[in-house]
Amino acid sequence: MADKVLVKGNEALGEAAIAAGCRFFFGYPITPQTELSEYMAKRMPKIGGTFLQAESEIAAINMVLGASSAGARAMTSSSSPGISLKGEGISYIAGSDLPAVIVNIQRGGPGLGGIQPSQSDYFQATKGGGHGDYHLIVLAPNSVQEIVSLTFDAFDLADLYRMPVMILGDGMLGQMMEPVVFPEHSERVLPEKTWATDTTKGLRKKNIINSLYIKPDVLEKINFERYARYAEVEAKEARYEGYLLEDAELVITAYGATSRISRNAVNALRAKGIKAGLLRPITLWPFPKDAYKSAAKTAKAFLTVEMSMGQMIEDVRLAIDCLRPVHFCGRTGGMIPTPGEIEAKAEEIARDF
Amino acid sequence: MYFPQKRITIYAGHYGSGKTNLAVNHALALRRTGKRVKILDLDIVNPYFRTQDSEALFREEGIELIASEFAGTNVDIPAVPAAAQSAFDDRETPVIIDVGGDDAGALALGRYQKTIREENNYDMLLVINRFRPLARMPEEAAEIARSIEWASRVPFTGIAANSNLGGETDAETILSSEGYTLEVARLLGLPVVYRAARADLATALRHRLERIQPVEITGKVWF
Repeated sequence: MADKVLVKGNEALGEAAIAAGCRFFFGYPITPQTELSEYMAKRMPKIGGTFLQAESEIAAINMVLGASSAGARAMTSSSSPGISLKGEGISYIAGSDLPAVIVNIQRGGPGLGGIQPSQSDYFQATKGGGHGDYHLIVLAPNSVQEIVSLTFDAFDLADLYRMPVMILGDGMLGQMMEPVVFPEHSERVLPEKTWATDTTKGLRKKNIINSLYIKPDVLEKINFERYARYAEVEAKEARYEGYLLEDAELVITAYGATSRISRNAVNALRAKGIKAGLLRPITLWPFPKDAYKSAAKTAKAFLTVEMSMGQMIEDVRLAIDCLRPVHFCGRTGGMIPTPGEIEAKAEEIARDF
Repeated sequence: MYFPQKRITIYAGHYGSGKTNLAVNHALALRRTGKRVKILDLDIVNPYFRTQDSEALFREEGIELIASEFAGTNVDIPAVPAAAQSAFDDRETPVIIDVGGDDAGALALGRYQKTIREENNYDMLLVINRFRPLARMPEEAAEIARSIEWASRVPFTGIAANSNLGGETDAETILSSEGYTLEVARLLGLPVVYRAARADLATALRHRLERIQPVEITGKVWF
């Protein structure tokens, strides 16, 4: 299917997952990601896959754990409150060294919050959410076309590093329609799943998937090994997009939908003679620290734009060792920042240059 | 103007086929001929894109909007506005009805099917876009149409062709969709009531396709 189609972000997640070889989807409805579940319910039976609407988010994530244990590519999705419910299962998947793809189309919080777009699950996605020493790879697309390519990457990265990958979107990305192409998925070279609990055919010892370790020294050793793998991910997989960064005195930084709004603001600021640029992290974990360090060479200040009370701003400060002031412009609760708001904040900062 | 002129015009079809935009354009066109017009938002499925998004425009133009008091808020309960009944009771005023996507959305329309059929002064248009996944084949679009009729118990009377690729739509996008449109029409035995096109494209296509209806892009734009 190489023609262009007009697709919603949520539908693109589903079609791309199928193209990437996902044949097991375990869902539970919640606005604003329900179209993904509905899409999978319609498509999976037609291609011999399995769609199952679980009795809860908790059941759905544990079904992913089960399918993944058996070596299948499996996916679940939800929106903010539902992801909180999945927290325990996500930790178990990480602790069992299983690949999995989890989609969070964020809405306003905390609590039941609201249904409008938000980015206030950044901490939850990048710093934990579940318990224990672990990381998720967190991918943050900013267009429907990039949703397609990052969904492909999500399945490959999960298999390559045997860890759960989260696609972190928001209500805007999930709901908006854009023309996209679904290219053929050419997989990376991936290791055999020799650990999977598929049939032994009497030829090997049985595999056991487990996250419980009786002896603390054994658990410590496993955690050390896992963190060696995380170090490899940090070294190899950090990704970002830079726009007009070469001479940028004010580096605006935003991910996902707010990066699109910020880009409009950067163009407007350039037209007014302010040397603004945009640094958009594509991976939120690993965070592209080197890109920030290098942007700090020309930058006099940074401005993070988020649909939250300010969460990614902490990673920006850490990435540049607080060498430059990092300002914040954000809306929360389902409100969306306008280019005008970003421009006004940027002009206020640039007055001190 | 190719918009139907009966007392009631209902827009139904696949998710994201452009029902809301055509309904809004239809209401605006009627209003601009000096008529009193109501628009009824019956979409109880998707709380994100609704006729409500054009509220300011309606106020400015004097179009009466009937929508759930929860539309555009954080409450996503599938509520039909109580005032919806007035659109059927008041048989003097033209009303444009924007129905939710697929059979799931059309279910709400079933609530009013008796009065619609009894008054018998309606058109129900099937909105189609061949660039939408799950509706790319004429057979798929026809199947969606049948499931909508089954859920709403209101028969379609025509087709509003709306094949587009959003901002990337050009004349070729619309021309290359003609075969699809005619095949859906043939499968369902329905006339093509109009082919929607952005104003600049409508001018270019005027002599190449019949019943080209110029439309504006209204509603929610985020970027």
